[in-house]
Amino acid sequence: MNPADGEHQHPDWDEVAASTGFQHLLALKRSFIVPAFLFFFVYYFGFLLLTAYAPTLISLRAAGVLTLGYLLALSQFVVGWTIAWLYLKTATRFDDLSLDLLAKRETT
Amino acid sequence: MSISLAIFLVFIAASLGITYWASRHSRGAGAYFAAGRKITAWQNGFAVAGDFMSAASFLGVVGLIALQGFDGFLYAIGGFVAFVTILLLIAEPLRNSGKYTLGDVLAYRLRPRPVRAMAATSTLATILFYMIAQMVGAGALVRLLLAGSGISYNLAVSGVGALMVVYVVFGGMLATTWVQIVKAVLLSTCTLILAVLVLGHFHFHGGEFFAAATQVAYHEKGQPVVRDFLLPGLRYKPPYGPLDLVSLGFAFIFGSAGLPHILGKFYTVPDATTARKSVVWAMGLIGSFYVMTSVLGLGAASILGPDYILSHGGTNMSGPLLAQVLAGQIMLALVTAVAFATILAVVAGLAISASTSFAHDFWLNVIHHGKERKSGETVLAARVATFVVGAVSIAIAIALGPESNVGILATMGMAVAASANFPVLLLSIFWRRFNTMGAVAGLSVGLLGSLGLILAGPTFMGIDGPNSEGMARHLFQVRPWFPLENPGIVSVPLGFLAAFLGTIVTREPGAEAKFNELTVRAHTGLGAEKAEVR
Repeated sequence: MNPADGEHQHPDWDEVAASTGFQHLLALKRSFIVPAFLFFFVYYFGFLLLTAYAPTLISLRAAGVLTLGYLLALSQFVVGWTIAWLYLKTATRFDDLSLDLLAKRETT
Repeated sequence: MSISLAIFLVFIAASLGITYWASRHSRGAGAYFAAGRKITAWQNGFAVAGDFMSAASFLGVVGLIALQGFDGFLYAIGGFVAFVTILLLIAEPLRNSGKYTLGDVLAYRLRPRPVRAMAATSTLATILFYMIAQMVGAGALVRLLLAGSGISYNLAVSGVGALMVVYVVFGGMLATTWVQIVKAVLLSTCTLILAVLVLGHFHFHGGEFFAAATQVAYHEKGQPVVRDFLLPGLRYKPPYGPLDLVSLGFAFIFGSAGLPHILGKFYTVPDATTARKSVVWAMGLIGSFYVMTSVLGLGAASILGPDYILSHGGTNMSGPLLAQVLAGQIMLALVTAVAFATILAVVAGLAISASTSFAHDFWLNVIHHGKERKSGETVLAARVATFVVGAVSIAIAIALGPESNVGILATMGMAVAASANFPVLLLSIFWRRFNTMGAVAGLSVGLLGSLGLILAGPTFMGIDGPNSEGMARHLFQVRPWFPLENPGIVSVPLGFLAAFLGTIVTREPGAEAKFNELTVRAHTGLGAEKAEVR
């Protein structure tokens, strides 16, 4: 694999990595991705732990015959889709920032 | 049954047409292995869904829900959750830093030969388990649904294998992608029709539908019972059931994010932005599919009842039986044909992924140090490998026979992917200090650890009574050394731990120095592989 392929000959990777623009991009990505993933991880395993160790609680009828467990199960899909939608919206900013970063490299 | 055969033949004809078209539009390695990186977001979303939703999900999950209610539904959720992991952590960095395989990402800053050799090994192991599960499923389906048509188990397995080889050898990734897109449309439509039929049976009244699921009457060990299928506990029973369930969660949330055939799909799009959008498309399709499987499963439980299902072909036939009872022979034929199309599209994805890893990781980069002596050699090696993959899978599937447990095989593949592939992939992208020793340790301990724990668990070990024979009998007649069926809760941390320990006992300044390069590339796409221009 040759990282210097393409129009950019030997970019100075360390310089780009240290630039404020790139550090800003990384910090921004981290501030969305880390909490979003941790939230989903906790939400999913929280649901599994309740199912495994609190069967009486999740057997409560929450809406008509529907149990709390069934609603929590369906909510996994809703929460997953919501995270995906929020990420799509947020990530357009990441794309803009990285385009800016690449454009600046070309002019200098 | 001839309608079913006719629909299936139309699918085969269409897929061969796609293969012919793809073969005329593919030149060179980038086209063969990655469809020229020109697949659009919605196309790749459908292809990923088509690659992922296997016969195990369509037939297996509906069956699990039909017999075990809420506990079976947990499998449907498990199929979906990994895509959040893929979306947030894997798809974009993978697309930006690799070329065709999981091994590419590892080899970017680690010593290429050892990590590629290990990555290829664990890729092939994961895929082999999956592949055989699909092939056995195809053969079993034929036996049950086309009984009397003259098509035997062996013929069905060989036919599926041969078609898969044709798609992959002649049409490469482009043909595979389009076969998967067509299949995803067929499967989603078919599932939607069935879900509407089920709800229609209950007058489109949600309360009536769920109320029926709370009183499912059947026989258990000869005794009549009435159970509430919305309540947990029909599958995961004490003492180890609850822990087994949590352990299974590890395989689900990380497993698909380490499945080589799913990861390979993100190299077929032009850039990371498209990869991201395609995951969201896939999440929409896969999520709504699994929500519908719960409608099908609960519908099968309350309309047909477990007794009827078990006496008419067994768990896996719940979906097809439901179609037959609700809408007659034509719907049954449609569902059967779609189940076959599903298997074909999935095995094609598995075959191209296995042959790509063999040709690109092992043959080109391990044996030939990354240099082709003649242009086009790697593609040729991949084509030859496809024949071997096809032949080996057919042989093993025939040797194991139609009675073998498809669920166990797929679980093994998922456990290896979660315990071996996922930890090293994540660490190589996000941990500067990570090195070759860590990758080799993580992959080998993850692979051997997960397989070892499954072999030492209650799936393979147990003391049977004198009356059990054949497939019901445990392979090893001893008390299980490891109490859980699903090793994830131990094997995933074990994979991470081995990767961590392997890393800290050695230092690799070269790998650390290249971390900046990988990070910039992974997060900006600077220097990433571009779409081919024609």
